[in-house]
Amino acid sequence: MSGAEVMSDPWLILLVVVPMLAAPICVLLRNGPGAWSVATLVSWAVLAISIKLLISVLEFGEVVYRIGGWDAPWGIEYKLDPVGAFVVLIIAVIGALVLPYAKKSVEKEIRQDRIYLFYTMLLLCLTGLLGITVTGDAFNLFVFLEVSSLSTYVLISLGRDRRALTAAFRYLIMGTIGATFYIIGVGMMYQMTGTLNITDLSTIMPAVADTHTIHAAMAFLTVGISLKLALFPLHMWLPNAYTFAPSAVTAFLAATATKVSAYVLLRILLTVFGDIDLLHAFPLQPVLIGMALAAMFLASLSAIWQQNVKRMLAYSSVAQIGYIVLGIALATEAGIAGGIIHMFNHALMKGAAFMAIGAVIYATGAVTLNDLKGIGKEMPLTMGAFVVAGLGLIGVPLTPGFISKWQLITASLELDLWPLAALILLSSLLAIIYVWRVFEVAYLAKPNVNVTHEVPMSMLVPTWILALIAVYFGADATFTLFLADTAAQHLMGGM
Amino acid sequence: MAWAELQDWLGLLNYWVAIALMMSGFYIVIAQHNLIKKVVGLNIFQVAVFVFYISMGKVDGGSAPILKDGIEVFSNPLPHVLILTAIVVGVATTALALALVVRIQHSYGTVEDDEILDIEHDEEDIA
Repeated sequence: MSGAEVMSDPWLILLVVVPMLAAPICVLLRNGPGAWSVATLVSWAVLAISIKLLISVLEFGEVVYRIGGWDAPWGIEYKLDPVGAFVVLIIAVIGALVLPYAKKSVEKEIRQDRIYLFYTMLLLCLTGLLGITVTGDAFNLFVFLEVSSLSTYVLISLGRDRRALTAAFRYLIMGTIGATFYIIGVGMMYQMTGTLNITDLSTIMPAVADTHTIHAAMAFLTVGISLKLALFPLHMWLPNAYTFAPSAVTAFLAATATKVSAYVLLRILLTVFGDIDLLHAFPLQPVLIGMALAAMFLASLSAIWQQNVKRMLAYSSVAQIGYIVLGIALATEAGIAGGIIHMFNHALMKGAAFMAIGAVIYATGAVTLNDLKGIGKEMPLTMGAFVVAGLGLIGVPLTPGFISKWQLITASLELDLWPLAALILLSSLLAIIYVWRVFEVAYLAKPNVNVTHEVPMSMLVPTWILALIAVYFGADATFTLFLADTAAQHLMGGM
Repeated sequence: MAWAELQDWLGLLNYWVAIALMMSGFYIVIAQHNLIKKVVGLNIFQVAVFVFYISMGKVDGGSAPILKDGIEVFSNPLPHVLILTAIVVGVATTALALALVVRIQHSYGTVEDDEILDIEHDEEDIA
């Protein structure tokens, strides 16, 4: 790698710097609509940059930027490979759609004098998530992890209900423990290898892999990241955080934050420890598969019993994270491709579902199943988008959920793990139950007396764009499967 | 022999301290119901990591890493610099946590986790 002519691309640093500089501008503006305009423009700029970067990555294999012109092991290096480019695209698409949606929703859910701070935090969160994805330095990753986490805690605490405060506090405690575990792991790796650069780490790692320090490091890293990922049974912070956060925040976080943590897990397991066949050398594979299955079943079961639709979708998120981790833990090209494509598909579906529910909250102010009686007749467009997303969560053919489950089942059958394939199908049945409960109430129950109207266009259009993207990639997954396969090959190739 | 063993053990003293701090901090976070005490525990937990990193960078008999004649052995400055960043992150986390505790006190009238849980449980039944 070193010495070879690698494409040095300043767009890579702009991807992070643009939203980071926009955040203090929002504070200086001190005005809600102004801050919203800045944030929206930035999110669109980020989308444009991410598409440009994706094209470069597909052309050159990877894109590198050296900060301050320092060469890799000494200076911090930003590096984007196909996996990173795919995750950046997810974040950028969701960001560009959530921001236009946020305007009306936030005006109703957050106190007027705090709105500009809301957009500041959202931009910082975006910065952190993008930074995690593009950085090639293990410690820099921790800094971005904390940038995104701290802003996330604030965003959650801005929810209307006072339980948002305790949800944010509990997430802060769990999140900080997770991040601290992560730096303990990074410290131990540094002790053994003397480097923080991820590419460098992966080269040196095989020589020191068989030491207690590295084993301990790996345990700390896996547990720390799993906390941020909300992998069962470390998911306790997630349901309340998603339930009580402002609607726009829930949609944004559900679609991006856990995906980025899954990306970090991929990076650590398959790039840093990529050359030592860790999943087989260490009994990590059965543990991860077990946790993933537990998430798929137990979290789906919890979702079935929820009255609050937002909390139901949050438990469903924990279950879907199970599918992503299952794909990663299979550690074959097909499995990893399945995990990666499910990150994208789940981001689309869950983003659309939370945006639709956010629209219902905007119109009615309520989210329990009881309040949603007959809502399908009164808000046909909003609930239409929810139906599309819900069918995707189940994995009905022609939705993206079907594509990811198909890919995961194929991957398990390739390894002759047919019980696993059966369990994936079985867990989808649970999704049918919890999604059906909403459909039933929304379309079959008698409407409540209060008449509600459709929400403003600025909320409907982004929700439907997301739902339509989901339908498109459910019907024709050539492009997403190609991206996921390229990413998986790149990861498995060691480099 | 015993002396050499003792020296080995003393050489690792920093790491034992880091582990002791880490475990006591972690225990406080889990076991205490008072939110402020949880924040204190979290701080102790983080400080353990600072001690761990700083000890890692120290080289026996090493001086400060400055460009000066006669300095041959010097400590590794990188872990120390990293910890400066981690301290800043820790301060920000603590500040945010305490701000949240203040707002929790305002809206719940208590900072005891079990009391808050009781209140929230009652609200769930109504909702």
